[in-house]
Amino acid sequence: MEAAEPNIRREKTRTVLSGQWTLAHHRLLKQLLVRETPPEGGVVLGEISALDTAGATQLANWLGIERLERVLVEEEGLQPERKALLQTLLKALKREAPPKVESVSPVIEFLTLLGQQTEQLARHFWQLSGFVGLVLQSMFAILLRPSRWRVTALVNQIHQTGLNAVPIVALLTFLVGAVVAFLGATVLGEFGAEIYTVNLVAYSFLREFGVLLAAILLAGRTASAFTAQIGSMKANEELDALRTLGLNPVELLVIPRVLALLITLPLLTFVAVMSGLTGGALVALVSLDIPLGQYLGILADVPLKHYLVGLVKAPIFAFVVAVIGCMEGFRVSGSAESVGRHTTSSVVQSIFMVILLDAIAALFFMEMGW
Amino acid sequence: MSKETVIEVSGLCNRFGRNSVHENLDLELYRGEILGVVGGSGTGKSVLLRSIVGLIRPKEGEVRLFGRNLLALPVAERSKLEQRLGVLFQGGALFSSLTVRENVALPLIEHAKLARRDAEELAEVKLALAGLAPHAGDLYPASLSGGMVKRAALARALALDPDVLFLDEPTAGLDPIGAADFDQLLLTLRNALGLTVFMVTHDLDSLWTACDRIAVLSQKRVLVADTPENVADYDDNWIQNYFNGPRGRAAYRAVQGN
Ligand SMILES: Nc1ncnc2c1ncn2[C@@H]1O[C@H](COP(=O)(O)OP(=O)(O)OP(=O)(O)O)[C@@H](O)[C@H]1O
Ligand SMILES: [Mg+2]
Repeated sequence: MEAAEPNIRREKTRTVLSGQWTLAHHRLLKQLLVRETPPEGGVVLGEISALDTAGATQLANWLGIERLERVLVEEEGLQPERKALLQTLLKALKREAPPKVESVSPVIEFLTLLGQQTEQLARHFWQLSGFVGLVLQSMFAILLRPSRWRVTALVNQIHQTGLNAVPIVALLTFLVGAVVAFLGATVLGEFGAEIYTVNLVAYSFLREFGVLLAAILLAGRTASAFTAQIGSMKANEELDALRTLGLNPVELLVIPRVLALLITLPLLTFVAVMSGLTGGALVALVSLDIPLGQYLGILADVPLKHYLVGLVKAPIFAFVVAVIGCMEGFRVSGSAESVGRHTTSSVVQSIFMVILLDAIAALFFMEMGW
Repeated sequence: MSKETVIEVSGLCNRFGRNSVHENLDLELYRGEILGVVGGSGTGKSVLLRSIVGLIRPKEGEVRLFGRNLLALPVAERSKLEQRLGVLFQGGALFSSLTVRENVALPLIEHAKLARRDAEELAEVKLALAGLAPHAGDLYPASLSGGMVKRAALARALALDPDVLFLDEPTAGLDPIGAADFDQLLLTLRNALGLTVFMVTHDLDSLWTACDRIAVLSQKRVLVADTPENVADYDDNWIQNYFNGPRGRAAYRAVQGN
């Protein structure tokens, strides 16, 4: 294979190129061309045994475009096909302006970045409130006109976001219920107040954990799904297609999803509370020796308002999760990567918002003495 | 010219559920030729292309590339064989998270083991060959026009200087001047590199200017595969309408005029 390697041979008045000038020999060629200076005299290309676009490009870069053009005119031994290839390549190369790289000082770059990020954040909140307004407005507009209710889509969404989520919600809250009960047993046991473990589990699940855990699961499971669904439609220009067909994407895609979550989250909260209490009951029964009857008796004494305090947050969380999930979908631009980025962002944002709102609500309810 | 068979499709059957697309399809592709593949919408041209490059496992029959069945090869050998193929998909199939230049540079970096700088430089040349303006290399596929997507996809298909080039409607969406340039580029590359081309097209001008043979897909098989003149004379209703309709005749006259 020695002969196959690209080679440059200097003769008296001319320089002879030979061997395979191809992509496979790219590295060898590069080394060779760095070593050899472009020749002054005539250049013979006719002995090159194989030439492809990669090799031809290297040749052109080495000799320079004008020089190669002159060589092509003078050269007679070169096969006409190769000549055509080189000429096509030269035409393409001449069209190409060298890409210029502007260097910016790091300070300016940092400031630019900071400014961009700040502006982006501001614009983001602006968009979010705009989107919330849009959703509320179209929701009320539709509520008044039953002919525009999309019952099938709604039921389908309830199925996917609600019914299909029941097992995971139930399992997780059951486990958390058991964990809270263990915690209570450990801490309260030191004061001989194990029996209050039941109250701990009941209050925490009725007021906070039931709705919070259900909402967080929904944020992870459903907000991401909404973003990915709507986002890939956006990337595929399907949303534009809907608009040109005179259909409103918000009405078609967002409203059923928002309504579905408004319906399912309260129901899932109920499931979460029930299985959390069950988890607590199991621990109470097995490791604290509190019989089921006594457990239920203590539960029955807990005022209903604590359950309502928890439940009232469900629609708010649902709305936030659904709106963020859908809006991030609309913010997707073009690429598959963008779908991924916005999906992540929608989960992070909706979990953040849910916890933030929960904290604010806890403060509010405490001050109100509810 | 002695004919060396590069691709051999024999007894190919493709079905999707109950919908049968190909029944007992035979086709051969010879080294250094440009084969145009025509047929009505939905006759299975794209499916044929996909089964030749090994993306679809045929229900029956066999596809041989360079005498070997791609689907029966071990992974490493299959990858090596696949590097000798360049494919331009009907929808472009550019990687949306890479810029156009990175799209073309990717196979050069992965397979030809070029350094990133070299690869991007070479990619820029391929883009220029495919007729894209210099600034297009920095764009993401989402911000390209339809014709630009086709050109970028062509540049990527040509990245490794493949032995066999598969093109699915390469000139659809190109302006006529661009399409004519494309035909010339294809001929130049074929002549210089000995490229073999499988080109699905509806472009009558391309068929007459660039193609050595034309294969007509109809009734779930290759009805006829022959030189453009012979195919145009073939006694079949669809073919006659295709080639001797107003558009077909105009394209033929244009070629004769040159
Ligand atoms: N993944 C798939 N699943 C089911 N059916 C398919 C699939 N891909 C293709 N088909 C069917 O195979 C048939 C042939 O499709 P194909 O895409 O090959 O058409 P074509 O000849 O390329 O048409 P066009 O000229 O419009 O591109 C069509 O009827 C199509 O519905
Ligand atoms: Mg097709």
